[in-house]
Amino acid sequence: MQWETVIGLEVHVQLATQSKIFSGASTAFGAEPNTQACAIDLGLPGVLPVLNEGAVAMAVQFGLAIDAHIPDTSLFERKNYFYPDLPKGYQTSQMAQPIVGKGEVEIVLDDDVRKRIRIHHAHLEEDAGKSLHEDFHGMSGIDLNRAGTPLLEIVSEPDMRSAKEAVAYIRAIHAIVTYLGISDGNMAEGSMRCDVNVSVRPKGQEAFGTRAEIKNVNSFRFVERAIEFEVERQIELIEDGGKVVQETRLYDPDQDETRSMRTKEEANDYRYFPCPDLLPVMLDSAYIEHQRATLPELPTEKRHRFENSLGLSTYDAGVLSATRPTAEYFEAVLAVCGDAKQAANWVQGELSGHLNRENIDISNSPVTPEQLGGLVSRVLDDTINGKAAKQVFAALWNNEGQSADEIIEARGLKQVTDTGAIEAMIDQVIADSPVQVAQYRDADPEKRGKMIGYFVGQVMKASRGTANPQQVNGLLKQKLDEA
Amino acid sequence: MAIEHADVLRAAHLARLGINSDAEAAGYVDDLSRILEMVDRLQAVDTQGIEPLSHPLDTTQRLRADEVTEENQRERFQACAPATAEGLYLVPRVVE
Repeated sequence: MQWETVIGLEVHVQLATQSKIFSGASTAFGAEPNTQACAIDLGLPGVLPVLNEGAVAMAVQFGLAIDAHIPDTSLFERKNYFYPDLPKGYQTSQMAQPIVGKGEVEIVLDDDVRKRIRIHHAHLEEDAGKSLHEDFHGMSGIDLNRAGTPLLEIVSEPDMRSAKEAVAYIRAIHAIVTYLGISDGNMAEGSMRCDVNVSVRPKGQEAFGTRAEIKNVNSFRFVERAIEFEVERQIELIEDGGKVVQETRLYDPDQDETRSMRTKEEANDYRYFPCPDLLPVMLDSAYIEHQRATLPELPTEKRHRFENSLGLSTYDAGVLSATRPTAEYFEAVLAVCGDAKQAANWVQGELSGHLNRENIDISNSPVTPEQLGGLVSRVLDDTINGKAAKQVFAALWNNEGQSADEIIEARGLKQVTDTGAIEAMIDQVIADSPVQVAQYRDADPEKRGKMIGYFVGQVMKASRGTANPQQVNGLLKQKLDEA
Repeated sequence: MAIEHADVLRAAHLARLGINSDAEAAGYVDDLSRILEMVDRLQAVDTQGIEPLSHPLDTTQRLRADEVTEENQRERFQACAPATAEGLYLVPRVVE
């Protein structure tokens, strides 16, 4: 039987506010345990949460970026459950009236196939603390620094049909939130976490199969692997006559498998009700338009512009618009050199090569975009040839000069295009290589093409790499063939 | 709406309340049933065309600026915690 996979995702994005969603405690990562957990975060009696405008603004910006409806009223509710890292006994969240309504995200698949994934809604909520299960005299340790950190939970419709589509979707969400600057998108530090709903159904069947929810998958790669494992598990189960049960599962990257989290499954009853401490949030159109005015150019728009206005290939446009730092770097190089194709080649070639080799993020590149733009300009105006350009790049990378011009000057890398000077070098090489010249002239004219390489190499060496290679080639041919 | 013995036990479990005997549970069945009877009477009111009210106050949420205003008061907060170690609050072992 042919099976179809159905995937929906809940992505929790940690918002990049300075303070928590309902308190003035810091959200900085990596502080000493419980030094950033104030009375509100601890749920002490008598405290009153007050909503952070920064979190509201970020949620609205996300909504506008995905063309979502932003309702004029949204409401906070209490989601009740007991866990030691949730000191209040409830998580303040939104359910019936979330801050962001229905929207859409475009994903790009292999072969440039585009697909629109519908967003059901996105809502604001607070994060819980962290439980440390190391043994503290038979007890667990609780760090509540993370409690109250604002999260935007983005809930998709079950529109994805493969693990690849799910990964493309998460990448698209990642690009949007980092472009907006509303999250650092750091999955390793937990700034983006996914719950994946997976089910299978016979191809052509309309009704969805029973789904399993895989909790807390925290890397692009794990999302793909968790889905692939889970799809296979469900198909095997059904084909062996079994039934998929609706349950929560956990992906174990070490074993590369998903496991049931709760054996004695009891349907969760979170008993949501409106939070009496927080009044309805009303956003007027002036506020929403003010947020719209702050939106930067978004990844999809940028990709289209790179492709259509700058004439880059679909592939190049995709790579260069994938993250905001990459796009900004590329645009800064382009601003200096004025040639989009060359700028794209250098950013994706020499620069990416060096960055990947040394595992450096483009935002920390030792070569600034202004320096690279200056280098590309000297290639474009023929001041240096390609070989010298690579030397200049290496020198910039190693901080051996402030600018391409300075390095070219100091090292005498300026391309020699003076015909007279090149001819003089060629004459010298011919005079020094009587044997090779004789061999060349005796050779079949068809073989000469290969043999000329030796002379080109000698002339380039004599010029310390600065001669214009095309000119060297042309002049050598003339001189060698003329006898 | 009637409430039964099993409903009381389930609600108690969700709220992590210890009910130790059938007699105690029976008392709650009686009390809660009377409360629900009153709710039933409220349900009889015709609310057609009236918007649900989530808050009795006719006002909206005030927002605060995104600024860090709290200082570290860990020592004070942990002074009233039953057990702490290395800056952590300690709780009975959580087994996943």
